[in-house]
Amino acid sequence: MAGTQVNPTRMELTRLKKKLQTAVKGHRLLKDKRDELIREFLDLVRENMELRKSVERKLGIANKNFVMAKASMSEEMIRTSMLTPRQEIYLETKTKNVMSVDIPVFDYTTRTADENDIYAYGFAFTSGELDNAVRSLSDALPDMLKLAETEKSCQLMAAEIEKTRRRVNALEHVIIPETKAGIKYITMKLDENERSTQVRLMKVKDMMLNEAHHYDERELING
Amino acid sequence: MVKIAVMGDYDSIYGFAALGLSTFPVDIKDPEKCGRIFRNLAENDFGIIYMTEELYAVLESDAEKYRERITPAVIVIPGIRGNTGEGVLNVKKSVEQAVGSDILFGDDK
Repeated sequence: MAGTQVNPTRMELTRLKKKLQTAVKGHRLLKDKRDELIREFLDLVRENMELRKSVERKLGIANKNFVMAKASMSEEMIRTSMLTPRQEIYLETKTKNVMSVDIPVFDYTTRTADENDIYAYGFAFTSGELDNAVRSLSDALPDMLKLAETEKSCQLMAAEIEKTRRRVNALEHVIIPETKAGIKYITMKLDENERSTQVRLMKVKDMMLNEAHHYDERELING
Repeated sequence: MVKIAVMGDYDSIYGFAALGLSTFPVDIKDPEKCGRIFRNLAENDFGIIYMTEELYAVLESDAEKYRERITPAVIVIPGIRGNTGEGVLNVKKSVEQAVGSDILFGDDK
């Protein structure tokens, strides 16, 4: 308990004991929370990595297809064909609570059910390469949405794990040892006070007896 | 009901318009304008913002602010000029933040 001053009173002792109890309980709970969070996080982050690799591969293919499409059509033609999309995607965000972390769940709905609505242009003046490119991009979309969900969850969980870890460490290495030291200091101080009172009483009793019976004077005469 | 945004240079993202995502072509050479558009999107009704790796490199400090908020999810995607590994790096960063060091993907590049 270096530096901090505690009052060596019984009230303070009871307070510290209660604090220690809470700290130990909290430490145990937080440690469990941290372990469970990490377990969930590791599963999620592995999934995240797989999804990311698959999305990057699919988008790589799509990008190549778009380069091909651009090579076979004029810039103006491409811009016009992409100008008025027929399809639209709406996203519904819900949250799911995993170990007190709110993670997002994305549900998406398309404006029209027809999956061919992604081709929002006339086929007369566009090349087949563009169709391929749009198709390959559309194939990547479900994975992209899933990736967004898992990646965000991973980020949120990582932040929460970091916080919990700090709390566990603070409790384990600072709060609990400090409180224990404080309790020890107070008990020792109280014991010491008790002993000194005892000794004082014994001394006083001796003096009072001496005054009543004059022991030392008798000793002088006898000696 | 929220929407999905895609940001990046025009050539990398124009295809997403056909799928029904909102595309926002920006010029990477003008970071200030990119940042303004990004913040505008993030504060409005966009649940997911996909961003090319090249753009993310410019807007990283802005995107970092939304890391601990539920929406928007800022997700890095490879642009037309290929994969720079920025996205994978982001996942590794999460692991590092959570565990202290990258124990999962430390050796695979």
